[in-house]
Amino acid sequence: MSESVVAAEHDYIGLSEFPTMETATTTMSDKTKTRDNNNDGLNFKATELRLGLPGSESPERVDTRFLSLNKTSCPVSGAKRVFSDAINESNKWVFSPGSTTATGDAGSGSGPGSSVVKDGKSTTFSKPAVPVKEKKNSATAPASKAQVVGWPPIRSFRKNSMASSQSQKPGNNSETEDAEAKSGPEQQPCLYVKVSMEGAPYLRKIDLKTYKSYLELSSALEKMFSCFTIGQFGSHGGCGRDGLNESRLTDLLRGSEYVVTYEDKDSDWMLVGDVPWEMFICSCKKLKIMKSSEAIGLAPRVMEKCRSRN
Amino acid sequence: MALRLPSKVLKHILSFIDSNEDRNSVSLVCKSWFETERKTRKRVFVGNCYAVTPAAVARRFPAMRSLTLKGKPHFADYNLVPDGWGGYACPWIESMAAKSPYLEEIRLKRMVVTDDCLERIAASFKNFKVLVLTSCEGFSTDGIAAIASTCRNLRVLELRECIVEDLGGDWLSYFPETSTSLVSLDFSCLDSEVKISDLERLVSRSPNLKSLKLNPAVTLDGLVSILRRAPQLTELGTGSFAAELKPEAFTKLSKAFSNCKQLQSLSGLWDVLPEYLPALYSVCPGLTSLNLSYATVRMPDLVELLRRCSKLQKLWVMDLIEDKGLEAVASYCKELRELRVFPSEPDLDATNIPVTEQGLVYVSKGCRKLESVLYFCVQFTNAALITIARKRPNLKCFRLCVIEPFAPDYKTNEPLDKGFKAIAEGCKDLRRLSVSGLLSDKAFKYIGKHAKKVRMLSIAFAGDSDLMLHHLLSGCESLKKLEIRDCPFGDTALLENAAKLETMRSLWMSSCFVSFGACKLLSQKMPRLNVEVIDEHPPKTRPESSPVERIYIYRTVAGPRMDTPEFVWTLHKNPEIGVSKLAIK
Repeated sequence: MSESVVAAEHDYIGLSEFPTMETATTTMSDKTKTRDNNNDGLNFKATELRLGLPGSESPERVDTRFLSLNKTSCPVSGAKRVFSDAINESNKWVFSPGSTTATGDAGSGSGPGSSVVKDGKSTTFSKPAVPVKEKKNSATAPASKAQVVGWPPIRSFRKNSMASSQSQKPGNNSETEDAEAKSGPEQQPCLYVKVSMEGAPYLRKIDLKTYKSYLELSSALEKMFSCFTIGQFGSHGGCGRDGLNESRLTDLLRGSEYVVTYEDKDSDWMLVGDVPWEMFICSCKKLKIMKSSEAIGLAPRVMEKCRSRN
Repeated sequence: MALRLPSKVLKHILSFIDSNEDRNSVSLVCKSWFETERKTRKRVFVGNCYAVTPAAVARRFPAMRSLTLKGKPHFADYNLVPDGWGGYACPWIESMAAKSPYLEEIRLKRMVVTDDCLERIAASFKNFKVLVLTSCEGFSTDGIAAIASTCRNLRVLELRECIVEDLGGDWLSYFPETSTSLVSLDFSCLDSEVKISDLERLVSRSPNLKSLKLNPAVTLDGLVSILRRAPQLTELGTGSFAAELKPEAFTKLSKAFSNCKQLQSLSGLWDVLPEYLPALYSVCPGLTSLNLSYATVRMPDLVELLRRCSKLQKLWVMDLIEDKGLEAVASYCKELRELRVFPSEPDLDATNIPVTEQGLVYVSKGCRKLESVLYFCVQFTNAALITIARKRPNLKCFRLCVIEPFAPDYKTNEPLDKGFKAIAEGCKDLRRLSVSGLLSDKAFKYIGKHAKKVRMLSIAFAGDSDLMLHHLLSGCESLKKLEIRDCPFGDTALLENAAKLETMRSLWMSSCFVSFGACKLLSQKMPRLNVEVIDEHPPKTRPESSPVERIYIYRTVAGPRMDTPEFVWTLHKNPEIGVSKLAIK
């Protein structure tokens, strides 16, 4: 597995790559090469250190300027505009600082100052002047729906139950899909599977649809279970703070110690990574991270993989 | 020269007081009342497991028989609290095992419970009777098996919407072979199949069983067989109805239901096919509670069912019921007290949600006893809110979720300020309020001014400025829990109303504009609050002005907690120390 977290370059919000507003238009085009489903910088997003479900996005902060500015003119579209930007862009704080912006510098009370010093580098956060997109008529609207963490406020238990019941019913209410209808998993709002790890005190649930590749999935799992592996060396009952860090975990995971397996539709346990991603998310029912020694009977490839990693 | 009631007399008087709020007031009168009250309190409720230490609770209430604990903040339900945040039940169980061995009932909500924990419960409390776990996680069916096998007097075992590592259905066979004292069993959140024969035998030897909630893995055949053995049930959660419709199956089901003459509450109904609904008709006239929120059935079938439910008090349903269906509910279900309408497609982009504000207006007009509402829809109008407030001033809980953030009144394009003003002003007994849609500071000025009894307030994507938070904190006298996400609030309001926070249970703010510096200042100013910053990056390397992703502030007499994970920082009261992790090692 390649290094999935870019160290030090990412400040806590993950904005250091992003330009100030003035240079936004030019650099945005640079970002297009990472475009995926019209979500700018999706690959960056996937590797950003963030809280919340890995791969999911939180909406942008709504800058007070935008709200008050847009209200006087056209509240509905203005507000929508801001929010659609929230979904369509990667995480960015919207700050006030003295930077003049394309939308003008409204004098209304604005957020706190924004320069951050990290590793001697000073970055000003501001929102690039991305061309405004209305939610519906974007030509590259993704087949999967926009996701905001925790909104609408529905318990994941309910979401899961509905997701699994929808998968059983063909021809259900998926008329809202775009013309390019995708296969099964795309029509579900989310695809939660349980992930358990040997020796971990409890299991987690993740939404497979928020990942686009095995790489994303594995980095998310690494992150999620790092505290368990660390915990094995330290106190139990919570995440350890022994100073063991992620690199220790990645060593553990890359070393032959753990493999990720999954239970498919036929209730067979398979090694994750053998089949193409699309096929995998169609058939995966649960995930389990087990010790390589336990997984030996699973497939001859396990041994192969162990050898190739070492 | 004060007259003193002999403690025996006081004790007798207090034995009639059940409400903990009243008991809390009693305990403030004077020392002797405090002493008598604490020695007689049997049911203890701790709304925030970090507000007080388990040892202190055990010490104060030696007669405790029932303990209810809540852990994670409410927004954890919507994935806003990262895994590993906390809320561990173990320290409580350990403490109670040592100090309150006569504990009989434990109810936990949003806590992390391990198998060890469950085994400890089973081993430590000889007369254990009631275990209710709501939205908990961290345990497997092995832990459940331990409870089932060891707690000989178990009456209630309910797993409500928990995340359980399901190792198979064996746990069911661990109940004692002789008759059990089970009154209520809820395993609806488990995934795997249980052996029907095990379930049948269990039901047959549980003569007191009144409430049974099956998991989706139980088939229709299984359900029929269970109902035959337990016609005395008052609450039933069915398994999955997703089976091919066969005429004999339908008849059997119908007959089984018609034998359940005492059934009052019905839930489950996963994947129910409309053709099966008539099998339920016989129980409809007696139903007071019906949960159809997992039933993807269309309006006409729903109406056909609901028009027979004249005694219905609680209805949970999906938006497939449409406005027309709600109009029917308004005319047939005159006893309705609680209505929840969930979206069938919980997506941000969904625009074809079949209910509109009109549906709720119908119910508000027709159901005089309506007092609790949870309603999801795409957009709303001020006029509708005003009508609802006028018609139903007796509302106690009003949670409106306009799915589209910042959606204004779609007829007038104005914010929904006037509408929520009407709600706050008109519904004088309102205790819980969730607002949504486009709202300006005015709305919150009204809420602060009128909503004097609101205890819990949830806000998302709203307001213009700090003023909103200020209105709420300075106005809402009874406010106990405030949760806010994605609103442009900053430091001023928070710091100005710092004292208010000690009168509240907790405040959650995420994706707002609260700066790290303000958090520090707050924690220094208010030593009896835990100011927890949830953030992936160490606050020490950030300047004071940088905004904080999530904060959770709660009053506590237990001091900063010792079990915070890497990404939670309890700001230290001592400004020199700054940020303390209180690492164990």
